[in-house]
Amino acid sequence: MLDFNRNHFELLGLQPAFRLSREQIDRAWRDIQTEIHPDRFAHAGEAAQRLAQQWSARLNEAYVTLRSPFERARYLLRLQGIDALDPRDTAMPAEFLVQQMHWRERLEQAQAASDPVALQRLEDEARAERAHLEQALAGLLDERRDYRAAAEVLRKYRFLDKLLEEIELVHERLT
Amino acid sequence: MALLQIAEPGQSTAPHEHRLAVGIDLGTTNSLVATVRNGIAVVLNDEHGHALTPSVVRYRADGGVEVGYAAQAKAAEDPHNTIVSVKRFMGRGLKDLPELATLPYQFVDAPGMVRIKTVAGEKSPVEVSAEILRVLKRRAELALGGELIGAVITVPAYFDDAQRQATKDAARLAGLNVLRLLNEPTAAAIAYGLDNASEGVFAVYDLGGGTFDLSILRLQRGVFEVMATSGDSALGGDDFDRRIFCWIMEQTGLHTLPDHDKALLMARAREAKEALSEHPQVRITTMLSGGELIDLTLTEAVFNDLTAHLVAKTLAPCRKALRDAGLQPADIQGVVMVGGATRMPCIQAAVAEFFGQTPLTNLDPDKVVALGAAMQANILAGNRGRDDWLLLDVVPLSLGIETMGGLVEKIIPRNSVIPIARAQEFTTFKDGQTAMAIHVVQGERERVADCRSLARFELRGIPPMVAGAARVRVTFQVDADGLLSVSARELSTGVEAHVEVKPAYGLTDAEIARMLQEARLHAQEDMAARMLAEARVDGERLLAATRQALAEDGEALLSAEERATIEQLCTTLAAALAGDDVQAIRQASAGLNQGTVEFAARRMDASVRRALAGHRLEEIDV
Repeated sequence: MLDFNRNHFELLGLQPAFRLSREQIDRAWRDIQTEIHPDRFAHAGEAAQRLAQQWSARLNEAYVTLRSPFERARYLLRLQGIDALDPRDTAMPAEFLVQQMHWRERLEQAQAASDPVALQRLEDEARAERAHLEQALAGLLDERRDYRAAAEVLRKYRFLDKLLEEIELVHERLT
Repeated sequence: MALLQIAEPGQSTAPHEHRLAVGIDLGTTNSLVATVRNGIAVVLNDEHGHALTPSVVRYRADGGVEVGYAAQAKAAEDPHNTIVSVKRFMGRGLKDLPELATLPYQFVDAPGMVRIKTVAGEKSPVEVSAEILRVLKRRAELALGGELIGAVITVPAYFDDAQRQATKDAARLAGLNVLRLLNEPTAAAIAYGLDNASEGVFAVYDLGGGTFDLSILRLQRGVFEVMATSGDSALGGDDFDRRIFCWIMEQTGLHTLPDHDKALLMARAREAKEALSEHPQVRITTMLSGGELIDLTLTEAVFNDLTAHLVAKTLAPCRKALRDAGLQPADIQGVVMVGGATRMPCIQAAVAEFFGQTPLTNLDPDKVVALGAAMQANILAGNRGRDDWLLLDVVPLSLGIETMGGLVEKIIPRNSVIPIARAQEFTTFKDGQTAMAIHVVQGERERVADCRSLARFELRGIPPMVAGAARVRVTFQVDADGLLSVSARELSTGVEAHVEVKPAYGLTDAEIARMLQEARLHAQEDMAARMLAEARVDGERLLAATRQALAEDGEALLSAEERATIEQLCTTLAAALAGDDVQAIRQASAGLNQGTVEFAARRMDASVRRALAGHRLEEIDV
């Protein structure tokens, strides 16, 4: 029988790895959802309805987790018993902390000066840095299997995610 | 040689009988009902040939209720008892209604949702909406000649949980079985996509009477996938009318008006807006009750000036949805326009400029939502095969709970696909804490005060421990209608305290039961006959579904003995359905439901295996 405790990768029939293309994940999800979505059982009995609802929800949880590179990496680490965002373990190299402060200052300046060009420059840089971290994560998780190092990269990645979110908010305010 | 078919006793003579189902667009300004007839979706007109029914309800002193044109005609004469655009009040408290000053109603603040004082007593927006739904239901049953299996009712994609729940309650009150609450832009995409056999990424720009939605969908191989949705549930064509109304007041130097003059001027404002879609200028003339004559000319240029900020307000959600979907305007293959308000030239120009293409207006923007809803209702009622399209929709607004310091911890982020279940663990703040207050909120902002409060409940019976030792798991579940339920349990000690809530918005189940009772008394319906009809519809549906499942998978998935047991339960139900004992039908239905749990699980299992197998083959191909 189907096992609700199967991990997200198993559920979607994918190899547990960081390097998965969005197309691969989307297609696996769409193919299975086509079979088990509650709408496929709309005129079936109550039991089938309830099961379809549970399975479909479970599948969607797997999908929304795996489609985000950040959540996917965090989940891979969790499968290794590592909580990358454990509040007791927030070690971050000093130079990255300095870099963080620097980025934040630039964000504040761009906002204060209502300068969309400076904001865009900052966004481009942050995106490039995040892409770079994604490459690093792929190497650490899929090849070197250095999970401790991956957790540290993931914390940096999270900072960039948040920074980019804030940049979006400022974009919104400026337009 | 063709053989004559003879039906088994108690079984319907037409096993593939068309099941009657409708799609209902319960709009702010107008409502419609549509169905699929001979494979084609059609809007069902009223006895005067009108497709649109104004969403207006008037309560009379003699206890009578008028809906639609009859009610609209009295809006100026009887403004306090004639409820216009009730959709704006669904699931809303008094503090959520900023435009109170321009409304002629006497609102009563009630927990969860406002009530409106009328000559027939205080009415909840849910009751008012139910009156509209009742009229549409009756129209459909007359046109189709039978009891409806159910209805798909559309809601703005940007409706929050309170507004969705209120809509579902209204349907319940009107005696409609809700097959699905469907997002309006998604319904429009179904109608558009199927009509044009389109594939690719589309944006649906839906400006209704009181709500604005922008959804981005990917149409691919029979799957309608909502990639992102955004909007404003308090922005619509009504706001453009209100701008003209304010302009008239300014031009004439009027400050205060009696309520019936307000209603009159609002009607003139709406007419002027509609005329401006066809003509470069329009003359507004009317006589107020005090004898003042109003005679003004409004040009398109002035109108565009007055409403430019409203048009701009619709573009922010367009940007947000594109960003959430990770797309640029150039990635959009077509922009489908929905809602009567999109007829305004200023809207079409702004959309064309933003997306860099002429929007698609080949569908009637008033009808497309109801038509799409009817198509989906047809599928959900089981009138089509398994190889039909599938809808994958999303939650429009993030769901979370309040944590220390009045901050929100998001549990289900916006644009997550539904149905979905997500859990998060929390811990206690103080030593010896045995209860935890859980406050469920919806919205994008970081502070609880800026989000909508959906429910508060307490998890009790946590064993006393030092702060931070307890582990409380809070699970959020959003079903395919986009409705939320929340549960919490304490994990660390094995002592399970468990609560489950469905947020309720001012209407308790008991209240709904009372309203139902009243509504039925009012309609002088025979309760017993109604219950029997409902039990029969449910029983027949279950029987047909089980027989179909047996025909498809009985051989492969059941032993001879298991199969015989289920067939026996089917025979029992068929026999009960032939009689008119409600209790017997319910019991036999429950028995068959119970007896097919394992079979259903095996079928689901087989489906997933099939999907995974197909998927792996594809992987190898690549």
